[in-house]
Amino acid sequence: MRTIITACLIFLFWFMLSGHTETLLMILGVLSAMLTVYLAKRMNIIDRESYPFHLSLRLLRYYFYLGKEILKANVDVIKRILTPGRVNISPRVITLSVIKKTALGKVIYANSITLTPGTVTLELSDDEIKVHALSKEGAEDLQKGDMAKVVPDSGELPL
Amino acid sequence: MMIEILSWVCLTLGGLLGVVGGIGMHRFPDFYTRLHAVGITDTLGAALFLLGLGFQAGLTIASIKLCLIFVFIFFTSPTASHLLANAAMLGGLKPVLSNDDIDNPEQLDK
Repeated sequence: MRTIITACLIFLFWFMLSGHTETLLMILGVLSAMLTVYLAKRMNIIDRESYPFHLSLRLLRYYFYLGKEILKANVDVIKRILTPGRVNISPRVITLSVIKKTALGKVIYANSITLTPGTVTLELSDDEIKVHALSKEGAEDLQKGDMAKVVPDSGELPL
Repeated sequence: MMIEILSWVCLTLGGLLGVVGGIGMHRFPDFYTRLHAVGITDTLGAALFLLGLGFQAGLTIASIKLCLIFVFIFFTSPTASHLLANAAMLGGLKPVLSNDDIDNPEQLDK
C-alpha cells in the first residue's frame, strides 16, 4: 500500500517537474518512477518514518498553525531589531521536557521550534530539548506548551 | 495589473526583511542571538520573495518549482540552524544571558 502511494507520488513529482505529455516521455517517466521505487524497496527505506502518510491530514492542519506562529514570531523579532536604543532582548536557555512518543514527533517539534524566529533548539536528547530563546516572552510561550500539544505524533490512520 | 502590484509588494517586503535580518546581525550581541536575526530572512523573507516570484510566473510549471524551493527551504533551514547552534554549544561557546529579571539563571553546562 505504502509502496503504491510512493510510486504515484514520485510519478506526480516527475510530471510536475517536466510537464511533458507526449506518450513516449510519459512511458519513460513511469519507468523511471518504477525503477526508483524498486531501488527504494531494495534499500528498505519505504517505512513509516520516511513516508509518514498516516500523518498527512494532521500535518496539513499543523502547517497552517505553524505558519501563523512563524508570522507572529517574525513580527516580534522584527520589532526587537528595529527598536532604536538599547537592544530589547533578554536571551536565555531553557530546558523543555518532551512527551512525544515517536522519534518523528520529536523531530517535528524540535524543527518547529527552530523554524520560529526567536527560538533555536540547541540540543535534542531522549526526553529533553534544550532551547535558546531570544526573549522572556518567547521562552514563556514555549514553556506553556501550546505548540507541543498540536505537533502530530503517532498516527491515527495506520497504513 | 493587480497581480503585478501584489507581486511587487511581496518582492519589496521580502527584500526589506533581508535588510532587517542584516541589521539584526549587527545589533545583536552574540552568535546565538544573531542566529535568531537570520531566522527572519530564512522564513518570512524567503517566503515573501518566492510568493512574489510566484505571482510573476502565474499558474505554470515555474510556480510549482518555486513551491518546491519553498518546501526545501522549509525543511533544510531549521536543520542547518540547529546544527550551527549545536556545534557552537558543543564547541564550548557560552551564550550571553540576560541577568535582569531572570528567575532561575541556568548556565550552559558543557
